[in-house]
Amino acid sequence: MTTTQPPGGLPEVEIDPAALRQLADARMNIELDTGDMILNLGPQHPATHGTLRLVVRLDGERVIAADPIIGYMHRGYEKLAEYRTYPQITTLINRIDWLSSFANEVPFIHAAERLMEIEAPPRAEYIRTILTELSRIATFLLFLGEMGLQVGAITPAFYGFRDREYVLNLIEAVTGGRFHPNFNRIGGLKDDLPWGFIAECRTVMAKVMESCDEFEDLVVGNPIFQQRTRSIGIIPAALGASYGVSGSNLRASGVDWDLRRDGPPYLVYGDLDWKVWTHPDGDSFSRYWVRLQETRESARMILQMLDALPAGPVMAKVPRIIKVPEGEAFVNTENPLGEMAYYVVSKGATGPFRVKIRSASFSNVSILPWLLRGCYVPDVVTILASLYFILGDIDR
Amino acid sequence: MSEATAEAPTWSETGSDSLARLDAELGDAIVDRAAMAGDPVVRVAPDAWRRAAIACKEVVGCDYLSFVSAVDWMPAPIIGDEGSGDTSTPAQPREQTVGLAGGSTRFQLLACVESTRSPFRRVILKCDVDDAMRAESWVAVYPGADWHERETWEMFGIAFDGHPSLRHLYLPAEFEGNPLRKDFPLLAREVKPWPGLVDVEGMPGGADDEEAAE
Repeated sequence: MTTTQPPGGLPEVEIDPAALRQLADARMNIELDTGDMILNLGPQHPATHGTLRLVVRLDGERVIAADPIIGYMHRGYEKLAEYRTYPQITTLINRIDWLSSFANEVPFIHAAERLMEIEAPPRAEYIRTILTELSRIATFLLFLGEMGLQVGAITPAFYGFRDREYVLNLIEAVTGGRFHPNFNRIGGLKDDLPWGFIAECRTVMAKVMESCDEFEDLVVGNPIFQQRTRSIGIIPAALGASYGVSGSNLRASGVDWDLRRDGPPYLVYGDLDWKVWTHPDGDSFSRYWVRLQETRESARMILQMLDALPAGPVMAKVPRIIKVPEGEAFVNTENPLGEMAYYVVSKGATGPFRVKIRSASFSNVSILPWLLRGCYVPDVVTILASLYFILGDIDR
Repeated sequence: MSEATAEAPTWSETGSDSLARLDAELGDAIVDRAAMAGDPVVRVAPDAWRRAAIACKEVVGCDYLSFVSAVDWMPAPIIGDEGSGDTSTPAQPREQTVGLAGGSTRFQLLACVESTRSPFRRVILKCDVDDAMRAESWVAVYPGADWHERETWEMFGIAFDGHPSLRHLYLPAEFEGNPLRKDFPLLAREVKPWPGLVDVEGMPGGADDEEAAE
């Protein structure tokens, strides 16, 4: 078979269809070989929560290289933290992962409490756990709706936003802030639960369970959704771990590892009866499925905690001016997006000497160059959506 | 250092086991060790930084990379008047200090690896960085170290040998300086002091706030 035919003209000889297809492939390859296409996804793209720019090199529809460009939202919190006192820093770390701000505060406050050898009263720890799980539900409900949006189904997005609002109302009722509660104090909480919270919370949890069933029917059972997500963007378990991929993304690859159970004990997860969900496939679909199950599990946990809520103060005795003794503390917790950790170095002052913020999305996204290689352009969007990252959590 | 020597460090059962395995693998390359809430903090020799990562991954079973970063132990420049009651700029030490597991240089690498297979198992690794400001890269061991090392390189100026493409991660390519070094000024604070001078109230529920504590 010669390939010296001029473009546009096929050989005049009679050839069989198989050879013709082969010829077409050869010509296609020659055409594409002339140059790859560089496509910029972002910085403003609906599949990203914030401004992530993704430079992809395309061979036809196929991605041959992808390079995420981050830093558009870099605010330098590690530097700013060195110029703040401990109580001031909680306002900064609220804004790292802005969808689950309350959960961000917990590891930092725990690190400071451990260095000061203060323990928050049991009621405060219960309320902290309830609010952490509420913010997990709020974060995941948005994901469950929005993932549908990314594959072309707009209805689930409305359901997701609607149901998240019920949960945000609860958080607002307790803390006064929908997104940035700033409710944790070193040694406890700012306030107790408001009147009527427990009854209202039970109602909302029933709604959350219902809406999970809705998502199950509407999205998980949808054949188009399955076609778009099944066996797309597979993360092998060992590779994911060595990239530092954590949270639901790693559990969707079959790794049975949840810091709420497998890390050093924190909050009151040890008192609760709950289950860690995993999925063996590691594709976009399993990431959706795992988060759906975890939303239900969180609602069950909250119902248990509402039954077992102890009485008592919500604030321990703390000094008037917070001075944290010299030492180092590393606290990592299972946040909605994955492992969130603070390495706090204190020199006995009112502010930390160094804070290393380890955020989940940063490591989750660092696997993208590997993960996107070889997949098709429409799948890039579903993979981005299924990894579920917040740009504030990447850039810090 | 003072804490580590004042009382014998106590490791958890898992922590002692990790340390024993690291000892068998690395031997003299472990310069110093300490305990932090039961977890081992290990300072290794600079030429054993990559070997330590391999030992952690293959022998200790820490397959998960939490983070790689660095600490600048130089004292921070002092802003504002001392003794003015301004708690906004926290008073920090005036001399160079060291952290857990000691140290002899201004810059230290800091990393944490964890195990997804065995609960509660994690190792915190440290390593001195001398004036050449070079260190071994972990990318071949933990591919996730790629971005962490790029961040450390641009924030502290520590170069990693064997890193595939050491370039800016957050900052624009033409940016000069290493922002997380202690001698890099936070310009916003230098220009205008934090207006928190009068904000010295205790927190709600403090020692003299009985109402909130109830």
